[in-house]
Amino acid sequence: MKNLIVIIFAFLVCQANAFRPILLLGNQNLIERTCKQTPFYDLCIWSLKSNPESRDASVKKLAQIMVDSLKTKATETLDLIDELLQDGLALDPEMQKALTSCAERYNVIIRGDVPEINEALKTGDYKFAAKGANDAAIEANSCEIEFPTKSPLTDMNKVVHDVSVVAASIVKIIQTKFSF
Amino acid sequence: MADISPLLPVSSSDGSSDLTGQATCRRPIKVVVSIFFGLLTVGLFAALLIRNNGSVDYVDVHENERGSLASMAFEKAENLKPVSRGLAAGVSEKSNWVFGGDLPDHPWNNSMLSWQRTAFHFQPEKNWMNDPNGPLFYKGWYHLFYQYNPNAAVWGHIVWGHAVSKDLIHWLHLPLAMAADQWYDKNGVWTGSATILHDGKIVMLYTGSTTEGVQVQNLAYPADQYDPLLVHWVKYPRNPVLVPPPGIGPNDFRDPTTAWLTSEGKWRITIGSKINKTGIALVYDTKDFINYEMLDGLLHAVPGTGMWECVDFFPVSETENNGLETSINGPGVKHVVKASLDDDRHDYYAIGTYNDRNGTWIPDRPNIDVGIGLRYDYGIYYAAKTFYDQNKKRRVLWGWIGESDSEAADVKKGWASVQSIPRMILFDKKTGTHLLQWPVEEIDSLRLKGKEFNQVRIQAGSVVPLDIDSATQLDIIAEFKIDSDALEKATGSSDASFDCATSGGAAERGALGPFGLLVLADERLREQTPVYFYMTKGSNGNLKTFFCNDQSRSSKASDVDKHIYGSLVPVLRGENLSIRILVDHSIIESFGQGGRTVITSRVYPTKAIYGAAKVFLFNNATELNVTASLKIWQMNSAFIQPYPNL
Repeated sequence: MKNLIVIIFAFLVCQANAFRPILLLGNQNLIERTCKQTPFYDLCIWSLKSNPESRDASVKKLAQIMVDSLKTKATETLDLIDELLQDGLALDPEMQKALTSCAERYNVIIRGDVPEINEALKTGDYKFAAKGANDAAIEANSCEIEFPTKSPLTDMNKVVHDVSVVAASIVKIIQTKFSF
Repeated sequence: MADISPLLPVSSSDGSSDLTGQATCRRPIKVVVSIFFGLLTVGLFAALLIRNNGSVDYVDVHENERGSLASMAFEKAENLKPVSRGLAAGVSEKSNWVFGGDLPDHPWNNSMLSWQRTAFHFQPEKNWMNDPNGPLFYKGWYHLFYQYNPNAAVWGHIVWGHAVSKDLIHWLHLPLAMAADQWYDKNGVWTGSATILHDGKIVMLYTGSTTEGVQVQNLAYPADQYDPLLVHWVKYPRNPVLVPPPGIGPNDFRDPTTAWLTSEGKWRITIGSKINKTGIALVYDTKDFINYEMLDGLLHAVPGTGMWECVDFFPVSETENNGLETSINGPGVKHVVKASLDDDRHDYYAIGTYNDRNGTWIPDRPNIDVGIGLRYDYGIYYAAKTFYDQNKKRRVLWGWIGESDSEAADVKKGWASVQSIPRMILFDKKTGTHLLQWPVEEIDSLRLKGKEFNQVRIQAGSVVPLDIDSATQLDIIAEFKIDSDALEKATGSSDASFDCATSGGAAERGALGPFGLLVLADERLREQTPVYFYMTKGSNGNLKTFFCNDQSRSSKASDVDKHIYGSLVPVLRGENLSIRILVDHSIIESFGQGGRTVITSRVYPTKAIYGAAKVFLFNNATELNVTASLKIWQMNSAFIQPYPNL
């Protein structure tokens, strides 16, 4: 009998870890429903869930979390661009021109688009949040096609592009489905 | 999975009699272990299954609206198919993407960017602008206020800019009228409207975004009513005068209109909002602009249209060719309700009947109600607002024209957005269903030398260059005559589905179209912006005419909008097809059939700029010859500048 209890106890301990995600708070549902309405479900889920603030978040807050993610990714990309540019000796003029142009675009994402989206989300003029998010995707895409041959930034440009698109999708949800 | 090998019986040192006793002791432990591992395996398996059920592939691929360039899959330009050359001279097939194009020879340089600045459209010296605010005529001056960011070329930190003009064309910049300096507008001094009272005094109602981000309505008035320039403004000390009512969201309450008088002698305003997905217009009555009573009913509501921004409400005469003061009502008067839809960023209007007693309005044609029918403009045009110009007895329309390039380009060039040329608005007596918009007559004062082209024959499939000097600041008035024979002979098709936006643009040849003008085109037509008519004939023989503006080949740059704009345009029996185009560097305003259908677009060529820009007539129809007569004027700059010695 005692052994049986030991079994059951050990069983539960082992299982608890496996089941923990499902036992989490009800906001799981909102995150999943929201992400299903974006074209990059996995990226959306990962970005939101890896931020603890998504636990009890409203859709508006989820949008803000996405924008934070955009800012982080864009900053990482800009850091990489700066590194590559400093490595000046190794670069041919075409590559250098493309990188410089990309740096400009990423500066605009970080210092133009992100603040624009944040202010729009805060004050409720959502079309400007959509505009900023859509623009960030354009900047990332435009940076990528600047490179005449192989781009050193493909993966990072794609992430920034996709995160922007997800953010724009979430803004659209706020605009069309929510009152408050 | 743990391997459970059968455990061998161990012989006891005592002899066989103890064997069963010892086995009974050990077996439970083995049993325990096997059950434990068994359950563990099953349990983990179950957890895995349940988890997988949660991650379903997204059901609803989110399709951004057509205007969003971000909906394009992440593709390198070289993966997109190359353009093939079509039949008619220089008119190549449209490529099928809305975002993409050749790699630019070089990214935006200063020469290309500085060319983009307009010569005779209103814009501040630098930075970001959006909605026009509080337009009015007072003591000899036209006033324009506008949403402005004093810090950057993107939207944010919004305050009120201000400019004055004697003629709606030559503007002089004044200091900022209102800053974001109170708790009730700290997060934005947003859109508002002016009302001129009986005694000639002015009151301004505007939306403030509070420190908490709540939208409220505030009152302001000139500090000195004797200052014709109205430079300084005072905010009512006990603002806000209106806060979101119960049932209305704190972010769904903005853009109060000019007030009009009710038959009881009260002032009445309307404010746009939404309830779930229904766009609505709330109504308030006031005697002093400080205390308000909200009416129980709404001015109007249309399901599915979403938030109504910048609502406008005004009378038009069914019979006279002049504008009406905002309070006019009675026989021969119709009322227009207009809303800017936040969801699709377009301005819609509808004509109908106003009931003064209960403050409601119903459309003449519910199938083209507000938000689901006619638009002021089928291109880039938003947040429009009218005012009654008591100076010339006309109703004048302002509209905000944003950029359609990337914000990086805006930041680089240091500015973003222009206002449209102010348009006179009239009820279209001939159709009874449309409003007519036409650039105010004062624009004609900018015309320099003009050149006439009479009866130019444009055969099917041809392009005709027009020899004028410069082609970046133009006023073009063109009329097109078509063979009525050709129209009758053309076979009707049941293809009733033509739409400028989804068509192949000016390169898609039809029997009866497209034909029109190519503006901001370089000599080799590597870049061109066609503005044209496209006629279709239904299986019942009915002719339809579409008026379109095709940006798909307007620029070699890949980070600008390449959509095709346009709409059906009513053409009545006996009317020739007519187009007026104002070309002003990176903005094109096109008026079809006297302003029945209007399209504004922003164009950012890399080659067709400065002296390289040209104008052509074209006819890419297969069964129609067209004869065009036109007059083209060079346009002077409006020399918009700061007010001197202020």
